[in-house]
Amino acid sequence: MKERLQSLKEEALNQIPNIESEKALQDLRVKYLGKKGQITEVLKGMGKLSPEERPVIGQLANDVRDVITTAIEEKASELDQIALQKQLEKEAIDITLPGRPVQLGGPHLLMKVIRDIEDLFISMGYTVAEGPEVETDYYNFEALNLPKGHPARDMQDSFYITEDLLMRTHTSPVQARTMLEHEGKGPVKIICPGKVYRRDNDDATHSHQFTQIEGLYIDENVRMSDLKGTLNVLAKHLFGEDRDIRLRPSFFPFTEPSVEMDISCKVCNGEGCSVCKQSGWIEILGAGMVHPNVLEMAGFDSKKYTGFAFGMGPERIAMLKYGIEDIRHFYTNDIRFLKQFHRA
Amino acid sequence: MNLSVNWLKQYIDLTDITTAELAEMITKSGVEVEQIHPKILDDDKIVVGYVKTCEQHPNADKLSLCQVDVGDEVLQIVCGAPNVKEGQYVVVAKPGAKLPGNFKIKKTKLRGEASEGMICSLDELGFDEKYIHDDYKDGIFYFQEEVSIGEPACPLLNLNDEIIELDVTANRSDCLSYYGLAYEVAAIFNKEINLPNPEVFINHGHSKDYISVKIEDEEANPYYSAWVIKDVHIKPSPLWLQNRLISAGIRPINNVVDITNYILLEYGQPLHAFDYDRLGSKKIVTRPAKKGETIKTLDGVERKLAEDHLVITNGENAHAIAGVMGGEESEVRDDTTTIILEAAYFNPRTVRKTSKDHGLRSESSARFEKGIDMLRVKEAATRAAQLLSELANGKVLGEIVEAGETKWNPNAVTFTHNEINQKIGTTISVNEMKSIIERLRFDYEEKDGQFTVMPPSRRQDIEIKEDMEEEIARLYGYDHIPFTLPEGEFNRGGLNKNQQLVRKIHHYLQSAGLNETISYSLTTAEKSVAFVSPDVKQLNPKPVKLSMPMSDLHSHLRLSAIPEMLQSVQHNVARNQHNVSIYELGSVYINQEEEMSSLPKEQLRLSAAMTGLVLEHPWQGENKQVDFYTIKGILEGLLNYLEIDIELEQGELDGLHPGRTALIKLNDEAVGFIGQIHPNVQKDYDLNDTYIFDLNLEKVLNHYEQNDTYRKIPKYPAIQQDLAFVVDTKIKAKELEKAILKQGQPYLQSVHVFDIYEGEHMEDGKKSIAFHLLFQDENKTLTDDEVEKARANIVNYLEETYEAVLRG
Ligand SMILES: [Zn+2]
Repeated sequence: MKERLQSLKEEALNQIPNIESEKALQDLRVKYLGKKGQITEVLKGMGKLSPEERPVIGQLANDVRDVITTAIEEKASELDQIALQKQLEKEAIDITLPGRPVQLGGPHLLMKVIRDIEDLFISMGYTVAEGPEVETDYYNFEALNLPKGHPARDMQDSFYITEDLLMRTHTSPVQARTMLEHEGKGPVKIICPGKVYRRDNDDATHSHQFTQIEGLYIDENVRMSDLKGTLNVLAKHLFGEDRDIRLRPSFFPFTEPSVEMDISCKVCNGEGCSVCKQSGWIEILGAGMVHPNVLEMAGFDSKKYTGFAFGMGPERIAMLKYGIEDIRHFYTNDIRFLKQFHRA
Repeated sequence: MNLSVNWLKQYIDLTDITTAELAEMITKSGVEVEQIHPKILDDDKIVVGYVKTCEQHPNADKLSLCQVDVGDEVLQIVCGAPNVKEGQYVVVAKPGAKLPGNFKIKKTKLRGEASEGMICSLDELGFDEKYIHDDYKDGIFYFQEEVSIGEPACPLLNLNDEIIELDVTANRSDCLSYYGLAYEVAAIFNKEINLPNPEVFINHGHSKDYISVKIEDEEANPYYSAWVIKDVHIKPSPLWLQNRLISAGIRPINNVVDITNYILLEYGQPLHAFDYDRLGSKKIVTRPAKKGETIKTLDGVERKLAEDHLVITNGENAHAIAGVMGGEESEVRDDTTTIILEAAYFNPRTVRKTSKDHGLRSESSARFEKGIDMLRVKEAATRAAQLLSELANGKVLGEIVEAGETKWNPNAVTFTHNEINQKIGTTISVNEMKSIIERLRFDYEEKDGQFTVMPPSRRQDIEIKEDMEEEIARLYGYDHIPFTLPEGEFNRGGLNKNQQLVRKIHHYLQSAGLNETISYSLTTAEKSVAFVSPDVKQLNPKPVKLSMPMSDLHSHLRLSAIPEMLQSVQHNVARNQHNVSIYELGSVYINQEEEMSSLPKEQLRLSAAMTGLVLEHPWQGENKQVDFYTIKGILEGLLNYLEIDIELEQGELDGLHPGRTALIKLNDEAVGFIGQIHPNVQKDYDLNDTYIFDLNLEKVLNHYEQNDTYRKIPKYPAIQQDLAFVVDTKIKAKELEKAILKQGQPYLQSVHVFDIYEGEHMEDGKKSIAFHLLFQDENKTLTDDEVEKARANIVNYLEETYEAVLRG
């Protein structure tokens, strides 16, 4: 009997490594360990044994059962692993196929430029002021030191609706309105973005509708050097720390002194090229110290208060920054144009 | 204004200053340089040659064989020009010379004859064609005045000039003349100025015997003078004068016209010459034009005059529009012998108005409009008379005949040294300020840092202290002003509530896949009233039309952004961009007045348009076409985000699909609409199925309330139930949803439609609609009984109210 059990064990252990399926393994379990299995068959002969032999054989049978059981379990887990492996291989996908796209929209480039400038000035304590796009002649011109018949009115041929109402030609009337709201008390620190309109034919460099963003700072003891410092912060923020700025005298009826700000040309680094018309400089914006007439008309004592104002065109800034060749792109709303600027 | 460097050198010594430096300093000091036109040609190998002999080329009919003396040698040159002749002084490009276009002159053989250079045409020398006189158009150029053989020819033709193109701002009319520019450059570089000091020999009789002058409107014409010049010989101007005009971009005509143009450039004083014999009287009267009066101007155009235009008359008829353009009748012609030289001061406003009305912008009007130098009118006339006597053999008669007066009574400008420094942010010393004012050649006094400046007549722009701040700052150099930041008290900047909210709305819409656009506010008359939302329509808006639009495409202010946005959609679709999802946040302009006298109401609205696919994921079969529910989802999402309850109500609107349109209602008030564009309108715009909404954002923002509450996550389980009913197809889902929610209280938390079925297996006119219901109590676990009771309530109510039949 002993020999029989030993040989059963060897037989089983020899068969197990060759088993390849769950089913065969189950059959083997039944064959050796089942209720009618071969070990049980052998143990049926236990009755013929002596009482001394019985526990020995019993122990041996248990050992054999354990050894076979362990081997089967090991085999079972091995088969599981193999099956899982096969399953995973079957489930493999082509990870290079495109993912389900997320539809993301985005801001218009001009609004991106405007919000960027707004945020810069907000960080310096400015608020954002808005005003009507249809204006009275008074706010658009007269309050800004441009009385009727002033030659500078020609510089900005306007869309009049009636003799007194027109599409605003700049966002400056917002400055005039905001100053009046302050009732002669400073400081006034505002940034005014918005749409403006001029009597132009639309072409690559002109648009009858465009945007503007202006800033105004009025307080006691505001100096021209403060304007220069502020514009320097703006220019570096917009065009990079490595840009230089220069101010040149200019003329605007609502400021005196008036200046224009240039930045050093990025293309040629100031050496002169076709982009900067060989000058090494590119004009960015107009600015100046608020004209005493403008202060007085808005109810500020020009002996006590001084201030600076500046204004620029987001179109121009965007065109320079990205090399956009035609101003009409901003208003055609071609999806291929709009989407280009939907990046972080 | 073109500034010729060669011309400027006439007044200022520029030997130690390069043109680039000159241009840079002019720009930095006040007048912007647009560009610098470089020298056309400056080559010593291009010289004056004398054609000693000119014979027919032995082997070519159309060529001449010339022996040309160029000073140090005689060159044989084969020339193809028909007008080359013996005895001419010509421009010779010697071997080694380089002509424009990198054309190198070499010794060659032409048809067997040696040719040692080239006799040049003006075209070959790089002359602009429009300045080439007819005599030289089809051949070589030859000098008609005395020149030396072998002399470099480029300077004679002013080809070695550099032109600085200036963009003179409206306030600096002084820089529209060499006289003023000489002062400006002298101030910048601290240089001496040599200005002309004109003198004229007058000893041939008296102008007043020939002409009288009368001014009828002294405001429009404060000063007028006339000078009679006899025996004028009309002919081409000398080369130097022609060169000057060409450098300014003015075509030479004849000596008299050229001289008046030259003075205009030199002094900034526009002059006019009348043919005395064609004036038809012995008097000049300046007066406002009469109603209906006409004049034929020099350009041959018959012009209608108005009462606020000033005319120069012979006592009867208009012979010139003052300061703008002369009349054809008394124009100086080749046979003119006696001229009247006009030098006057016309009111800038009168000239501006007149030139604007006639659409006539001349060099003259441009200067009068900005105000000429009052005190130089007579000097300019004297300089012109001098040149007319020198270059046109004219006899200048007696004293000038005048009417009115020239005055210059400027206000003294006072300021202190400290004021200026405080305002600019500098520490300029008193002496430095004095030296700057001296460089400007302004009369001034200074005592203990207190300045009093008397602006000169050429600088009418200097009126107040701030003007002097600018003068001092610009000559001190803007580059030397320090960089500082305002030292005022700190204050908090930021966006106001609405601005913050608007930014959040932008972020929401962009995250929802919409692209922001900016469309034109001005549109066509037709589009300005299309797709107008009922909430705008009920205000009964009247059109807002430009009085002088540039085109019919942009003549009216919009009442909705939709039409222009559809234009954008169409633009994209026409370019094979079929998937378009856009939104715009902008104003519409509501005017309620028949005769508009106040500002229209500008109302902030949000508009969106969508067409094509919203999801394009073909390989997994997931292409999702935009439909009504796509755009509605975006709108609802926005209002959920703002926690504002709106209702959609089936509606009809011009231009929209009648079955797929809804009004957006807020508290029972229309605030916009949503829907599909009507198929016919889609056809008009060349669009595929396109969905839009338009929302009165102003109203919505007014209803927004910030909500900072928090609801605890419920501890007790929720119970879900599904209910399906068969109802009439006309019954709206939302109505059932509302009824269910109401009947399911207090435990019903939410209801959602999850299935709709119509068609097969369903009675005609009926549909099946299924809802997910979620019951929950914050304070306890619900019992089956409680849920069952609520459910029964709902079913009973729907059966009674809507004849709904509960399915399975
Ligand atoms: Zn450059």
